[in-house]
Amino acid sequence: MRAFEYVVADSPAAARALARESGDARFYAGGTTLVDLMKSDVERPGRVIDISRLPLTAIELRGDVLRIGALARNSDVAYDPAVARRFPAVSEALLSGASGQIRNAATIGGNLLQRTRCTYFRETRWRCNKREPGSGCDALDGFNRGHAILGTSDSCIATYPGDLAVALCALSANVIVEGDAGERTVALDELYVLPGDRPERENTLAAGELITGIELRAEPLYEHSHYLKIRDRASYEFALASVACAIELEGGRIARARLALGGVATVPWRAREAEDLLAGSPPGDAAYRRAADAALAGARTRAHNGYKVELAKRAIVRALRTACGGAA
Amino acid sequence: MSATAERPATRGFVGLPIDRVDGHAKVTGAARYAADAPIAAPLHATIVQATIACGRIIAIDERATRAVEGVVDVLTYHNATRIPALPFDFTAPSSEELAPLQSDEIKYDGQHVAAVIAETFEAARAGAALLRVEYESRAPELSPGGARTVEQPEQWFGSDAQPRRGDPERAFEAAGVRIDQTYTTPIENHNPLEPSATVAEWRDGELIVHDSTQWVRGTRAVLAKSFGLDEEKVRVIAPYLGGGFGCKGFFWPHPLIAAMAAKLTNRPVKLVLTREQMFTSCGYRSETRQRLRLGATRDGRLQAILHDVLGTSSRVGTFVETAGGVTAMLFDVPNIAVTHSIARLDVPTPTAMRAPGEAPGSFALGCALDELASACGIDPLDVLRRNHAAVDPSSGLPFSSKHLLACYERGAEAFGWSTRPQAPRAMRDGGELVGWGVATATYPALRSPAQARVVLGADGSVDVASATHDLGTGMYTILAQIAADELGVDPRAIRVRIGDSSFPIAPVAGGSMSSASVGPAVQDAARRAYREAIAIATSAGGSPLHGLGEDEIEACDGGLRSKREPSRAIAYGEIVRLGGSGAIEALGSAAPGDEGERLSFHSFGAQFVEVRYDEELARLRVSRALGVFDCGRILNAKTARSQMIGGIVWGIGMALMEETVRDPRAGAVVTNNFADYHVPVNADIAAIDVLFVEEPDLAFNPLGVRGIGEIGITGVAAAIANAVYHATGVRLRDLPIVPEKLLAAQAAV
Ligand SMILES: Cc1cc2nc3c(=O)[nH]c(=O)nc-3n(C[C@H](O)[C@H](O)[C@H](O)COP(=O)(O)OP(=O)(O)OC[C@H]3O[C@@H](n4cnc5c(N)ncnc54)[C@H](O)[C@@H]3O)c2cc1C
Ligand code: SF4
Repeated sequence: MRAFEYVVADSPAAARALARESGDARFYAGGTTLVDLMKSDVERPGRVIDISRLPLTAIELRGDVLRIGALARNSDVAYDPAVARRFPAVSEALLSGASGQIRNAATIGGNLLQRTRCTYFRETRWRCNKREPGSGCDALDGFNRGHAILGTSDSCIATYPGDLAVALCALSANVIVEGDAGERTVALDELYVLPGDRPERENTLAAGELITGIELRAEPLYEHSHYLKIRDRASYEFALASVACAIELEGGRIARARLALGGVATVPWRAREAEDLLAGSPPGDAAYRRAADAALAGARTRAHNGYKVELAKRAIVRALRTACGGAA
Repeated sequence: MSATAERPATRGFVGLPIDRVDGHAKVTGAARYAADAPIAAPLHATIVQATIACGRIIAIDERATRAVEGVVDVLTYHNATRIPALPFDFTAPSSEELAPLQSDEIKYDGQHVAAVIAETFEAARAGAALLRVEYESRAPELSPGGARTVEQPEQWFGSDAQPRRGDPERAFEAAGVRIDQTYTTPIENHNPLEPSATVAEWRDGELIVHDSTQWVRGTRAVLAKSFGLDEEKVRVIAPYLGGGFGCKGFFWPHPLIAAMAAKLTNRPVKLVLTREQMFTSCGYRSETRQRLRLGATRDGRLQAILHDVLGTSSRVGTFVETAGGVTAMLFDVPNIAVTHSIARLDVPTPTAMRAPGEAPGSFALGCALDELASACGIDPLDVLRRNHAAVDPSSGLPFSSKHLLACYERGAEAFGWSTRPQAPRAMRDGGELVGWGVATATYPALRSPAQARVVLGADGSVDVASATHDLGTGMYTILAQIAADELGVDPRAIRVRIGDSSFPIAPVAGGSMSSASVGPAVQDAARRAYREAIAIATSAGGSPLHGLGEDEIEACDGGLRSKREPSRAIAYGEIVRLGGSGAIEALGSAAPGDEGERLSFHSFGAQFVEVRYDEELARLRVSRALGVFDCGRILNAKTARSQMIGGIVWGIGMALMEETVRDPRAGAVVTNNFADYHVPVNADIAAIDVLFVEEPDLAFNPLGVRGIGEIGITGVAAAIANAVYHATGVRLRDLPIVPEKLLAAQAAV
């Protein structure tokens, strides 16, 4: 780890000012991503701004809108009764992530901005366009079992690793961001950007912008949302493939469906074509499989991640069936 | 020879499930591991490693490193101590033939190329990140298939590495049922929780090293040879280890770097390998490719086994993963051919890892027997029973004490095996397929000469000392139990001191031999101390036992008393004071004799496993495991059970997730952390039960104990793969059994 300056922010405005002053600052929330990457010399901030004590921890349901502060801890959100009842996929996604200890430290804002687990990104000896723009990508022809099959580019195939954002993506959450021009609201799937030829740029936040919270609009549909995660072991492991979905039936047909994928894409992946196919179909494996095929139609695989296509499809079928209340 | 005094009235501590005597020290942090050595103000060294697998260093730029505040020096091949070649031998067990930092040559990715020495750990790390090393690189050879150099060692560790009997090729061709399959196992790493660490200090020409080693005397020997010192001038201390599993058994280069750095700076130096470095700096289990051909009669009786093993080794040292090591012994087969080959690659040197050879070998052989059972339409457990070897077919010697059939019986009963349908895919629970598998566990019983000292103090203290080790296994506790039984003292009142090369000799904590080697030495020393106490108590003037004969005396709580008049008693402390020499000190020793010429010594067991498989999601879990073991006498029912459970957990990891992956071009390990190298977490481990068929093996040593450290992992992966077949109807012959392999196997059906 390199030497850095540590400062504590006592208000969101102060945090932003401290960030503006320094060209290479990072906010420190739970620290569970940031400190890891600093130790491995991947993140090299000159200044670390501790925002962990800012009063942005509330979880409030006002009318139909649930607002969660950016510094609410993952565990607190997961176990919040309103979240668990109105947005079960969010609860399930959080509880499927990391470990109890990490969930107690990790915050919602930090979780959204966690960085890829690509091993070639996380060790500085390798060539990595995301870490060092223009240097190349050692994952393309390296060990890429965990890498993405959707949303990739010739520059980067790194998987977006998080669970929460996948659930939020399916449930059309908004992210509330505070910047120099005041507060703005960004749809979750517009927060993230595809790697393209600039994989170093992962989101649409401007330098020094602070996430202050997220917003979810409660809809009956979401009460039947579900998150399914497939991984190499039973716990404490990132997804090989994951699915967040919600389904509403009307008159024996699927009225509306929401579907997003994790573990297989470079960003939380909303599968809108699949949603459109589902709408109007009678529920059942045939419809789910059709939707799954559509969701993975654009998959591009490398040497070791081809299995993810079939695995993701099966996960989609299972998750939709579960959300519909069907037997596994 | 053992002292012959009659045993004191046994207190029966041996065998009891008593808590670890070192448990309190460990959970309170009082236990000092190597990196906690109480050395004031050491310098910190951080190793920098090669990032090419083959080539040489052309330049090292130290400027940025030296500019870091707190950096004291940089150790490279330019200024390192010159150390002669270190060929492996059993007294000075260096894994690498050349000392580190001796030249510009690079033989594997991860080779140490420099150490940054600084006032603080942080400065050393920061300096290391800034060191620029330039290389000239050649394309490395990384894959055993098609390697330019493949060797077939005649012997390995004193055993025939290419054993053969009968006419296996002909018997195989003539057999009514033939199995011919290839099984593969990946590279695996030991991953002890405690990373390897060394604190080295030079004091008046003597070298004192706190090192996380499973072999204090082996480490001492290599250090002495390296620096041209008498062994008496080197002391190696390792009171506690946070696991080792073999990666701290033989000598690795980093303690030499710590000692060089301490010499260069004339200060004590602390060096701790990082987790990433642990994947390349202290060995690993070689990958294996095993072709197995079984020829059998239609009723499942083996006629021939041909077992060809290809493993790997490095350019700087040799280790052979003898996966075929047990093949000639385990079953009653007239015709055998086992071959071991190693491909030399541009990789680090593999080493012994928990059940080296037996772990991957028992996987391949255990699966092949299950395939034979399917081919014959016989229950797999029946095939194991039918091929049971009553005498050791590899030597013709009778086994000293073999109760494998009892393990099969008890296991089958406890597991409920008799209700198992023979056909695969016949059991379901909810949406999941259920399968049961079985395989045989085995590990040789080994023993080395050892000594121990028992000291009774005037303050009533009882001290036991030996240069053995506790890897977390329970060694402290069982040695206290053994001495306790001999002396009639509560084991918790006994102070056991181990892990110091200045203590009486003991072997490497490897080969599951510490209990069988050191246990009898402690027993002997305690008996001698006991006899000397009796001699003083019966002859000294002021003793209440004055004038009694040896056979009229027994041990009582912390002392001696008259058998007839128990009120005539005297504590050991009092006896010592009467003796007038300050302490009663007895050196005990124990060593194997010629029993190995008459008997074959092995431990056995049976592993039963249940898996559940969610076919749609390719989700596989081990829902139940039972191990039944025949390992001689059990010294502590609690620590022994823990050893076995730990072994089975290892087996689950080996079967389902553990794999060290190297970048296919560079040869560097890319799964060099606990996020990418998967070991089971609690949630992966369901019910595990362990039973012992406890038959003391008194032909092996006076305690009747055989080792238990390694056998627990053997057979587990085979039992799991066999259970997967039973659940799914597909054979998975390539470990680990991860989702993509299950999907591919399903698709191929
Ligand atoms: C061993 C391990 C296993 C894990 N497993 C999983 C898993 O299975 N699933 C999963 O989803 N996650 C997993 N994680 C990731 C974990 O969820 C994240 O590390 C955590 O949520 C990050 O939150 P934090 O508050 O600690 O972020 P920090 O580390 O503090 O911050 C992360 C990044 O976000 C920035 N940041 C933080 N807060 C804000 C804000 N309010 N505004 C703007 N920028 C901000 C920081 O500057 C930093 O760049 C795992 C992590 C570890 C270490
Ligand atoms: S996949 Fe992306 S993150 Fe990984 S090495 Fe390539 S560029 Fe870097």
